[in-house]
Amino acid sequence: MIARTPAQRRALLDRVRSIAVVGASANPLRPSYTVFSYLRTQTAFEITPINPAIAAIDGVAAYPSLAAYARERGAPDLVVVFRRIAELPAVVAETVASGAKAIWFQYGLVDAGAIAAAEAGGLDVVVDRCVKVEHARFSGALATGGLNSGLITSRRRA
Amino acid sequence: MHDRQFGFATRAIHAGTPPEAVTGSRAVPIFQTAAYVFTSTEQAAELFALRGYGHIYSRISNPTVAAFEERMASLEGGLGAIAFSSGLAAQLCAVLALAQAGDHLVCAQNVYGGTVTQLAVTVKRMGIETTFVPIGELEAVRAAMRANTRLLLVETIANPSGEIADIAALAQVAHAAGVPLAVDNTFATPYLFAPIASGADLVLHSATKFIGGHGTTIGGVLVESGGFPWDNGRFALLSQPSPGYHQKVFTETFAEYAFLMRARAEVLRDVGAQMAPMDAWLLLQGLETLAIRMDRHVASAKAIAAFLEARAEVAWVKAPQLGSILTFGLRGGREAGRRFIDALELWSHVANVGDAKSLVIHPASTTHSQLSDEELAKGGVPPELVRLSVGLEDLDDLTWDLGNALRASVPAGASA
Repeated sequence: MIARTPAQRRALLDRVRSIAVVGASANPLRPSYTVFSYLRTQTAFEITPINPAIAAIDGVAAYPSLAAYARERGAPDLVVVFRRIAELPAVVAETVASGAKAIWFQYGLVDAGAIAAAEAGGLDVVVDRCVKVEHARFSGALATGGLNSGLITSRRRA
Repeated sequence: MHDRQFGFATRAIHAGTPPEAVTGSRAVPIFQTAAYVFTSTEQAAELFALRGYGHIYSRISNPTVAAFEERMASLEGGLGAIAFSSGLAAQLCAVLALAQAGDHLVCAQNVYGGTVTQLAVTVKRMGIETTFVPIGELEAVRAAMRANTRLLLVETIANPSGEIADIAALAQVAHAAGVPLAVDNTFATPYLFAPIASGADLVLHSATKFIGGHGTTIGGVLVESGGFPWDNGRFALLSQPSPGYHQKVFTETFAEYAFLMRARAEVLRDVGAQMAPMDAWLLLQGLETLAIRMDRHVASAKAIAAFLEARAEVAWVKAPQLGSILTFGLRGGREAGRRFIDALELWSHVANVGDAKSLVIHPASTTHSQLSDEELAKGGVPPELVRLSVGLEDLDDLTWDLGNALRASVPAGASA
């Protein structure tokens, strides 16, 4: 299922404990590092980089592939993708094979074939969104920067 | 959680202000603090590198100010907002976020006099040139665009002439040139007109006016739509490595948030024109009643325009097509204007608009006095023009006072 609404994205993130970040970079100027570092330092997720070119990011060991991760750690709850569009079908196949339940295509990663394959593989899917921004939206952190969270509630956060 | 899209009045009361998480305070607290304690050196580093969310120092962000910003972003239908110490500060920082020495702006020629002097004098001294154009002539706007143009700036309702800008058409002209459209929406407020829905990319307000609504607080705000392609090759300040921020490329790192992140993390940080928490709190109180206040402002302004039309002392009336600020000319010209204002009892003679109190001014001798006769004529402000900002008092009391002052505007022995 494609999580198109804020409530669907929030429900997805509420179900997630472990996140594998495919294409996470160790270069602090890259967006993938920014997202990885946010998830590692500001959230309770168990976060792991998937990148054959690096050994670790900020002390967190990287796995060369989702298959290698799944062999040792079991299926991740969510796979966050930072790869070129041409590589998305392969990433979807690896994600389904790993037993993961959901896949998150970051900003600009829109590929109809990959989305259809992910849905056919039984994955929950988020497209063209940033997992950092959406997590911050629901945690209240986005609002610290005057950004429109879209949240209206008179319930006190538990 | 739900996916309901709430209405304007609901968002004007609730957006940005869920119950405060720690205490449960239902009213938004005034966070009167300069700085915020870091939880660890690692968290501090994440905040300074713009990877974490949180407050560092109230020159850059503050929880009470953020609540006001989010509410304004919600009401204007934008991605986010940044509050400033005044409307002119918001406008200057919007310019500095996009333009540097050698760049060019296009601006409507009939705008607020303070905007004309800001752009034509102060911003020009920084090496950024502005071409002023008649905003109703789309060909002239199109012709003014240059390869180095970074912004088209207009007012929804021109101050004080009342001319309405065709925002949808102007957005098309701007976008065809690869330039964003910034709209000063102060006179309309998002309740009467939301420029982003018509294609505007940036919305500016003097929050001092209808947003606050009670003439207590100077403030400004800049809202961004999140829809403009800042990576179109024209905005090096956003799409090239930034020497002001660790060589970060804002469009790459922040995608749709690039403009707002740079405008806050670099421009607001370096200019220091932030809104005070107490002022944000006052403006939030004002916003809660914006919808019902605007209904009353508009209804009374229509009635007062009709009242003036019927008076012999009045040469002409420009009834507002939108909003509650109107202008009229007295038959007796500049001198009659002076006698009229001096005879008023209830209407306040002030250089402001958008107050619960009814306000009056003679622009040629006050707000627009810095402008030459030629600039006055270009701006649509003849010397006999009087501007009214119709407040929320009883309509009978307002017309009683206007009637008395109109009689006094005619010299004894003369007839209107």
